[in-house]
Amino acid sequence: MATPATVHAHAPQGFIRKYIFSLDHKVIGLQYYFLALTAVFVGMFLSILMRIHMIWPTAVLPLVGEIKPEQYLALMTMHGTIMVFFVLTTAPQGGFGNYMLPIQIGAPDMAFPVLNMLSFWTTFVAYMVILAAFFVVGGAPLHGWTGYPPLSAIQSSGPGEGLGADLWITSIAIFCVASLMGALNFITTTLDLRAKGMTMMRLPLTVWSWFITAILGLLAFGVLLSAGILLLMDRNLGTSFYVPLVVVNGVQMAHKGGSPLLWQHLFWFFGHPEVYIAILPGMGVASQVLSTFSRKPIFGYKAMVYAMLSIGFFGFMVWGHHMFMSGMSPYSAFAFSLLTMCIGVPSAIKTFNWLGTMYKGRIRFSTPMLYAIGFVSLFVSGGLSGPFLAQPVLDIQLHDTAFVPAHFHLIMGVAAIFGIFAATYYWFPKMFGRMMNETWGRVHFFITLAGTYAIFMPMHYAGLAGQTRRYSQFTEVAYLQKLIPLNTFITYAAIITVAAQFIFVINLFWSMFKGPKASDNPWEATTLEWTTATPPPHDNFGGVTPVVNNGPYEYGVPGAAKDYVMQTDPATGAAH
Amino acid sequence: MGLALMVLIWLITLISTYFFVAKTWWLPVGASAATGWIDRQFGLTFVIMGIVFLAAQLALGYIVWRYRESPSSPPVQYSHGNNTLEITWTVLTTILFIGLNLMGSSVWASQRFDPPEAGAVQVEVTGMQFAWYFRYPGPDGKYGKTSFSLMDPSAGGEAAVGLSNNDPAAKDDVVTGTMYLPVGREVDLSLRAVDVIHSFFVPQLRFKQDAVPGLNIHMHFKPTAIGEYEIACAELCGLGHYKMHGMVHVVSPEDFDKWLAAREAEKQ
Repeated sequence: MATPATVHAHAPQGFIRKYIFSLDHKVIGLQYYFLALTAVFVGMFLSILMRIHMIWPTAVLPLVGEIKPEQYLALMTMHGTIMVFFVLTTAPQGGFGNYMLPIQIGAPDMAFPVLNMLSFWTTFVAYMVILAAFFVVGGAPLHGWTGYPPLSAIQSSGPGEGLGADLWITSIAIFCVASLMGALNFITTTLDLRAKGMTMMRLPLTVWSWFITAILGLLAFGVLLSAGILLLMDRNLGTSFYVPLVVVNGVQMAHKGGSPLLWQHLFWFFGHPEVYIAILPGMGVASQVLSTFSRKPIFGYKAMVYAMLSIGFFGFMVWGHHMFMSGMSPYSAFAFSLLTMCIGVPSAIKTFNWLGTMYKGRIRFSTPMLYAIGFVSLFVSGGLSGPFLAQPVLDIQLHDTAFVPAHFHLIMGVAAIFGIFAATYYWFPKMFGRMMNETWGRVHFFITLAGTYAIFMPMHYAGLAGQTRRYSQFTEVAYLQKLIPLNTFITYAAIITVAAQFIFVINLFWSMFKGPKASDNPWEATTLEWTTATPPPHDNFGGVTPVVNNGPYEYGVPGAAKDYVMQTDPATGAAH
Repeated sequence: MGLALMVLIWLITLISTYFFVAKTWWLPVGASAATGWIDRQFGLTFVIMGIVFLAAQLALGYIVWRYRESPSSPPVQYSHGNNTLEITWTVLTTILFIGLNLMGSSVWASQRFDPPEAGAVQVEVTGMQFAWYFRYPGPDGKYGKTSFSLMDPSAGGEAAVGLSNNDPAAKDDVVTGTMYLPVGREVDLSLRAVDVIHSFFVPQLRFKQDAVPGLNIHMHFKPTAIGEYEIACAELCGLGHYKMHGMVHVVSPEDFDKWLAAREAEKQ
């Protein structure tokens, strides 16, 4: 059994063992990160094609040609699936979690390095399988990232529902296996490998967020995996878990007795916690960064931990709020709705505490801080449309309209992405030993924040006016035609915002090689990753085992020599 | 930098709020009995969330500008939080969110748990890729049998929903591609789908319900204004989802009877 101690007796020398099939959590973290970076560009490219098709349905695009309605739906399906799984689940948890969690708790590596390598390469296989769906006969599936059967279960229900749909569901199943392995590793590592003195209540909030995310992943991905296997069986082995008697294109299918709602229950039992899997690490990073750059302890550390725990807990009891219009028992809507509103409470607590952290601080506007502030703004905006959608009676009007993508893009999409950006700018010096360019970081931030709102605020208006989701064009319904100007604005905003992301990528790669050298602790931060060399040595602490004496956010301690006290510094005796 | 950030956050907040308050794009004018309830609950939620939105964003903008680091800024307030404040805002948000939720629940209940009024018009709605069909049971008040083996979507009308001509109750069933409803009378709706999930959405009637294969979902609502309203399928159903479109004609009771009688006459 390869435990961290045996693995890290000496660093591997060969290129393949060092960079490809590496057991080092730092290398694996970067592998996840770069996989997600390619995925986010694929996902953005697809969304731009969608936005262009919505406004100019007959446009002939270079390389792509004219997009047909079914191809629009394939772009949409792949955009959603790639973004949710291979970006929002992969980068914050697999990427930064892998790289930083062991260092922040003072461990030499993850608990199971081989399992860690395996979970990355399994994710990689899943990624290749989903990309392959573009290139098979019939193309990618058109059933949306939620894949509701019977549409997703019957091969003749539309183009892309043949091999493309099989690849789609296979990829998700493989991804589930990878995530389960990762979740086990994160949980074990957090519980067992903390350095001396690193009590649970001294963990940085980032570690708490990765830990809770891993628990959610462990409970959620198993269900999705089972649901996916059943769907594959319905599609290929003639079972009828999800399909009742149906007639598709005038042909009666062999299925009978299945329930389309069963899939929705299983899918959303995963799907709702998945929202928190995407956003919790962002909350952790925002807390860490806001405290660091406000030069103040986080406001209400314990409240933040309990808030994240209760968000995770309630997150498993609200899946039915995606199904108010589905034909599910209308009585259950009360319970799901009430529990959903309950999630608003810890979310509000977090927002208060972030504001409280900055209040009476000394705010430094480095790029990570800008993104953390942007995260709070987006979290508020995206969060406040939640209580609309959580009420079944308002869902009658808003469900499956553009109001819904507006809501979830702001909160689990872009807020989570802002968390990733904050984390990138914040930890880049530690990971690559160089600083990113601040000026271009700021330019990138201002365009991205303004652009994000320009894209997603108007979607709320469109949703209120009744604009239905997943329509490839607005020409067939009279009242939708009136919304074309609004949508044209959104498309232009999207093109500009996506173009601005090249500033980030260029900054990222340029700084990796040409940026000014970073010191070991350029942000004057307190957590353990800033106590070690930059970039960290193979075993993270160069043979030393750190001993923790302080809480994670000791800034501005009265009487201290500097305005920050490292976790490894002698105890300040601060009450915590 | 703090100033620029405050200006940006405030601008975003105020511009976003302006378009909500000006109702440049807003809920279409409602034409059903539920409109009053739904729109009131919507308005209440909107006002409360709007206030929280403005307060939080404006405070965020102000704080980042006010507490920016400068050579003259005072030392930070060394504090790990304040339990009284935490408890206060936890209790306040709980009351606010739960209260809002309970206020909306009676509307939901009345539409779903109570049976339709006596004398409601019976209409069966069938969704299929990519059309809606509407069936009226005729003078006998009974829907005739339909059968999956008889369904022929390409033929349209009765054949599309698989109406069995052997069943006496089917003799007077009327199947149409456009929905007619009398104003001021409840509609007792049966929703079915034959292939994949569709969703029957009429924004002006404040009505939406998925049509699910294998389920026969009963709902009721009451149109209150004469007019023509568009039906847009709201659940992704395949490549023609964007054009799965239909019309509801809400007409006077006399016009409705005339229209139905004419359809019956055509059929005989």
